[in-house]
Amino acid sequence: MNLPLHLDHERRQFLTRRWFFRECGLGLGSIALASLLNQPALAAPSGNNPLLPKRPPQPARAKSVIYLFMAGAPSQLELFDYKPTLAKYNGQPVPKDILGGQTYAFIKPDSAIYAPEFAFAQHGKSGAWVSEALPHLAGVADELTIIRSMNTDAFNHAPGQIFMNTGSQQFGRPSMGSWVTYGLGSESQDLPGFVVLNSAGGLSGGAGNYGCGFLPTVFQGVPFRKGADPILYLSNPAGLSSTLQRKTLDAVKELNERRLGLMGDPEIATRINSFEMAYRMQFSAPELVDLSKESKETLELYGAKPGEASFANNCLLARRMVERGVRFVQLFHEAWDHHSDVKGGVKGQAKVTDQACAALIKDLKQRGLLESTLVIWGGEFGRTPQVEASNELKRSLGRDHHPQAFTMWMAGGGTKRGVTVGETDDFGFNVVKDKIHVHDLHATILHLLGFDHEKLTYRFQGRDYRLTDVHGEVMSSLLA
Amino acid sequence: MVRPPVIAVRTFISAVLGSLSLSAADLPSDAWQVLEQNCFKCHGPSRSENSLRLDVRADALKGGDHGPALVPGKPAESLLLKVVAGAHGEIPRMPRKGDALSPAQVAALQTWIEAGAEWPKAAQVTAADPRQHWAFQPLRRPPLPPKGEGAHPIDAFIRDRLVREKLTPSPPADRATLLRRVSLDLTGLPPTPEEVDAFVADTSPEAYSRVVERLLASPHYGEKWGRHWLDAARYADSNGFEKDRTRSIWPYRDWVIRAFNEDLPFDEFTRQQLAGDLWADAEVGRSEEERLQQRIATGFLRNSMVNMEGGIEPEKFRVETIIDRVDAVGRTWLGLTIACAQCHNHKYDPISQKEYFQFYDFLNQDVEPKLDVPSVATREKRAAIRAAAAALEGKLWADPAIRARFENWEKALRGAPTVAWIPLDATEWHSTPMKFEKQEDLSLLAGGDVYNSSVLRVWVDVPYTNLTGFRLEALNHGNLPNQGPGLDGQGDFLIGEFMVEASPLTELTNAATAGTNFVATTNRIEFRRAIADVEASGFPASAMTDGVTTNGGWATAFTAGRRNQERRAVFETTQPVGFPGGTRLLLTVHSKLSDDLQGRHDRVSNFIPGRVRLSATTQKEPLTVDPLSESQRRRLLGATRTPEQTAELFRVFLFLDPSLAESARQWDELWKDWPGAENYTLALQRRETPRQTKVFRRGDWQKPTVPVTADVPAVLNGLGGDQPRDRRGLAEWLTSPANPLTARVIVNRVWQHYFGQGLVVTTEDFGVRSDPPSHPELLDWMAVEFMAPSHGGKPWSWKQLHRLIVSSATYQQSSRVTPEALEQDPYNRWLARGPRVRVDAEAVQDIALKVSGLLSPKVGGPSVFPPLPDGVMSLAYGPIAWNVSEGDDRYRRAMYTFWKRSVPYPALTTFDAPTAEQSCVRRVRSNTPLQALVTLNEPTFNQAARWLAWRTLAAAPDEAGRVSWAFRQCLGRRPDPSETEVLTRLVQEARTEFAGRPRDAAAFALSDPKSPPPLPPGTSVVDLAAWTTVTRALLNLDETVTKE
Repeated sequence: MNLPLHLDHERRQFLTRRWFFRECGLGLGSIALASLLNQPALAAPSGNNPLLPKRPPQPARAKSVIYLFMAGAPSQLELFDYKPTLAKYNGQPVPKDILGGQTYAFIKPDSAIYAPEFAFAQHGKSGAWVSEALPHLAGVADELTIIRSMNTDAFNHAPGQIFMNTGSQQFGRPSMGSWVTYGLGSESQDLPGFVVLNSAGGLSGGAGNYGCGFLPTVFQGVPFRKGADPILYLSNPAGLSSTLQRKTLDAVKELNERRLGLMGDPEIATRINSFEMAYRMQFSAPELVDLSKESKETLELYGAKPGEASFANNCLLARRMVERGVRFVQLFHEAWDHHSDVKGGVKGQAKVTDQACAALIKDLKQRGLLESTLVIWGGEFGRTPQVEASNELKRSLGRDHHPQAFTMWMAGGGTKRGVTVGETDDFGFNVVKDKIHVHDLHATILHLLGFDHEKLTYRFQGRDYRLTDVHGEVMSSLLA
Repeated sequence: MVRPPVIAVRTFISAVLGSLSLSAADLPSDAWQVLEQNCFKCHGPSRSENSLRLDVRADALKGGDHGPALVPGKPAESLLLKVVAGAHGEIPRMPRKGDALSPAQVAALQTWIEAGAEWPKAAQVTAADPRQHWAFQPLRRPPLPPKGEGAHPIDAFIRDRLVREKLTPSPPADRATLLRRVSLDLTGLPPTPEEVDAFVADTSPEAYSRVVERLLASPHYGEKWGRHWLDAARYADSNGFEKDRTRSIWPYRDWVIRAFNEDLPFDEFTRQQLAGDLWADAEVGRSEEERLQQRIATGFLRNSMVNMEGGIEPEKFRVETIIDRVDAVGRTWLGLTIACAQCHNHKYDPISQKEYFQFYDFLNQDVEPKLDVPSVATREKRAAIRAAAAALEGKLWADPAIRARFENWEKALRGAPTVAWIPLDATEWHSTPMKFEKQEDLSLLAGGDVYNSSVLRVWVDVPYTNLTGFRLEALNHGNLPNQGPGLDGQGDFLIGEFMVEASPLTELTNAATAGTNFVATTNRIEFRRAIADVEASGFPASAMTDGVTTNGGWATAFTAGRRNQERRAVFETTQPVGFPGGTRLLLTVHSKLSDDLQGRHDRVSNFIPGRVRLSATTQKEPLTVDPLSESQRRRLLGATRTPEQTAELFRVFLFLDPSLAESARQWDELWKDWPGAENYTLALQRRETPRQTKVFRRGDWQKPTVPVTADVPAVLNGLGGDQPRDRRGLAEWLTSPANPLTARVIVNRVWQHYFGQGLVVTTEDFGVRSDPPSHPELLDWMAVEFMAPSHGGKPWSWKQLHRLIVSSATYQQSSRVTPEALEQDPYNRWLARGPRVRVDAEAVQDIALKVSGLLSPKVGGPSVFPPLPDGVMSLAYGPIAWNVSEGDDRYRRAMYTFWKRSVPYPALTTFDAPTAEQSCVRRVRSNTPLQALVTLNEPTFNQAARWLAWRTLAAAPDEAGRVSWAFRQCLGRRPDPSETEVLTRLVQEARTEFAGRPRDAAAFALSDPKSPPPLPPGTSVVDLAAWTTVTRALLNLDETVTKE
């Protein structure tokens, strides 16, 4: 008898029963999930695999997520939030009544107004305003939900990124990708459920951006590295053939099975499965990152070049991951912190990212994946309508951090197509219409994935935690 | 309490309501439904906006920020009705989101209030008085169960419960398994086969206790149990947040290890970590070493993350560190989620927001110094220098002529009119990316990012028309290196230029105020001269007024004997400054840059004065510089002073008296050899003046409300009247017998480390929402035994607690489980079997290193850098050069791995090592494919396999012997025949394969970072490769990484 397989079969049955149970009205709350997992410690002699796919409690619009995290905070005023008034008042102080009590990271609040550096035009049937810096994205404007009324609580990078990714400025909370894989598991048993890719500088928020907080470690984001060996410790040691690796694993498995038979601890069965999945990963991950089989047209669409480590390659990889069942892919591109020369900076980064972003949308669409894949684009906050300049720091014609109003966009996964939501005042200073807070965005994302954000909870320290803390409302204006 | 039965109220209301056409009104459930559907979302169990909670009657009557929500019987006076009707002036109509209540709903509420506002019974039950929660009740030693006489007390309690659960205990584990279990539990390392043999052979009754004593006496015991404590202490080697700069706080980590090895009683262990500095200040009779160690111990509190991102508000993040400390103390000692009361009263536990901030106040009174940790040799050398300087001073002091001059000088100093300085109260100031914060004395203190350049601009409006001079003071502060006054590593500063610009207030245009960044209005005041109390040679005060910001400047850097003093410079204007109708001054302090600091994340420093105070004067006479700082005047010229203070004053005189110039030079010379400390650590130091703690509205640091002073939550018994209301009192209270939580929490956590889960599973939460204990009497019995041992043992002894647990039959039973038993008790809560759990992340690695023979036994010291894969550090915003440690430091126990918070060591986090972002008292224990990849392929694991293979080849001549030998290294026990067969088959397969591919064999077996010794006689590279295959398999067995 193949004991692990037998156990695995049993476990699947158990999980199936549990789904049934849940769908009969219990909801995917702490009760149901906690007993699926090894928490609160009482949960399992864990013979079960928490990454098995789970069905969400509500009808879902999206199955997977690709989050293009534009870390450093891109200037919405150079990209999406068209503010001709700024040009009119260029060089003059911001009117005091608009300022309010806001303080900034580097500049004095009464620094002068700074006219946007790029020309804007309306695009597509939807007539979305997009600047000349993003010609490719302008071409898919009718697929986008542009949110010009984003609003956050933090104006320093590390807390801002942590807040955008975990719903809290305090480190140590689970990230969105962890929550989603916790709630939905993964469609792929040969790849991690939550993958992280990076194509620029190191992350201000560090590993907390994709950490699992108090959720089990299995839900942590797994960073993929450049090159053919994307997952840490994926390759066999030098000189060891895959035949011998298999023989080694067979021996390990046989000894572990014997021990399982003797000791009866289901944890051993889980370990056996973990090793088998690791073995499968050794093949599936290199296959995944090998772009050489992609057509010339596809590579050109993205501007991807096999072997290179780039944002374009990462976008293509993200599509390949979603195709293979990875639940949540997060691309980090920390390159937008333009305290100086916002014109050159935005232009440069737009060049690096614009084509690939648009390609991702087109490619997902032509493969029928856009409907089930939610694409999210945005940074941790916005940038000031005022100029930043400083002799000491050798900065000129830049923009400082601006939490009150910034722009994000989403596409696919049940979002509205070709719509621009929200408005800021004439100076781009504050949101004046349809304000969407980070918590609201999180609530909406979870809604699209089939969750009531108030019910996707995890009991820790006597409290039922959720991604949205005690806030958040689903923004129906974003939903198709 | 007499309460009208709900039914009666309903009937009564129904009767009244008949005429109100609310026929469906079935009170109170209708009113309750209205509340439930419309109010509880924001004012209920999960959330209480404006501190108002409506689902509990007492809370509703007490009300929130706007007062009582309702007055029973008096609808007209009830806020609730006004607000739902939208008739309140300030509060918007409620519910704020969604539709207004219908008239019928409002009427239901009105009627219900009229009738006395009774809450449904069910709601009252759920809101039962949380003060009655078991964990808040005083600790008493429970009697042993009736049939427990003569049994080990732990077994007595456990078996009592097993009988009730109809379970039977398991037989004892075999001796090899038991020895491996207890060795892993007490030292984190597996036993050697020789130790197993000796234990199996020793049939005396004391054999086991001898082993336990040997393990408790091992220096590795302190490492194992110290690491558990370091989880709670959120120990790390970097600051966290964006810059995530390296910090040195490993002396605290070593303090913890030593404290465990020396079995420092837990009450003293607590005192030193929470208030060691205060004891060191207050206690006499302790040696310098002891006092240093006490200060190092306060690193527990300093382990908080520190944000040094450019452009932060330092106060915001200072507040966050205090919040973190409250959380860490609450979790570690009290098992309470006290942090939940930061924004509002605790939802479940009886802790109010006010009590939260009272607790916070204990930890809100400190500055954050770096503490020198000099070696003994350095300390001795320093003492010799101090003694020589004191001897010289003594010699001079003994000279009556000198003494007389000194006394005259002092007299003149006391009598001389000093300049009347007016401290300038900055209306605005700006500096990037460092930020300065105004202190109570109007000085500006640097915080946030440390950067290698700074221009501090200060704006202030003054009414004077006749300013004749300005003063710039560089002041000390505990946060600054060596107390400052500068931010340079030694505390020095260098000011390149000091400028004052003056503009008439009446003529200011908007553009002129607009800014630092564009407007270059220069109404620069001319100075006649600049003087200072002291000037380093070549760095005169006059260099601050030469019009060149980047060249030269004023500095006061001297030898260590005169470093770190408060200094001041005075600037005399050529003509009176000021305009009728008011003057706006812009004062600018240009600091000298330090050029060699870019990219160095561990020791960034610069020459900026860290605390600056600016003053002005209208005095007509020529200006002078006081040789004493204001604080020196206060301390040294009072009615009484200590001999040390007299000496301090004499040293000022020594450098002023012209005839003592030669003596002063000699004195200075003595300090030239002052040795720097080899290491430093982070410790606490009390502020000079208390900080007023205030409750923050909704936890927002920008919304301080009522002032509070230090106290402990009322539900946990009082602080005790005689306790100081500072960290000392807090530490005493935590370990006082009246505290119901600490002992329970600690023994429960120790239990968790043995059995995989605590008697209370939620080790981090003992509040009303916690998991009830599986064996409440056992928990209390052990807690009392820990505090006050029944047989006169050492109170609060960790080691005694370990002896107690490991000597129980419960601990020693076999961990084998039958399917029936698994079904009956899947989580092993009743402990009819022994624990079987995967070892912690560090032990996974330590086991591999130990059995390979590579493990360095060195205890303590700076953290080390084992191999880190390419690309990992690139995810860090503030990467460091990860230079892999050489020699034995590459093979240290995993707990010494350098912990960088933004990129924690992946091979450890994969096995659930906590990230050190916050206090962790319970690790998740997961079982994932990525773990398999670590043990299969991580280079150090492969190296361990290789070295174990080499030892295996050398240890036995034949295959059977080798299989057995290697197997026993990893697992302690001997392999059974079928296990031998599997491994023998593997070695044969591997040998066949490598024999055909010698190059692969060499790559697999010989490419090692540490050149292995020559192959044992009679063996080949192919043998080594084949055996490495086998040892790699052994290191990857479930059993190898499991405490069985």
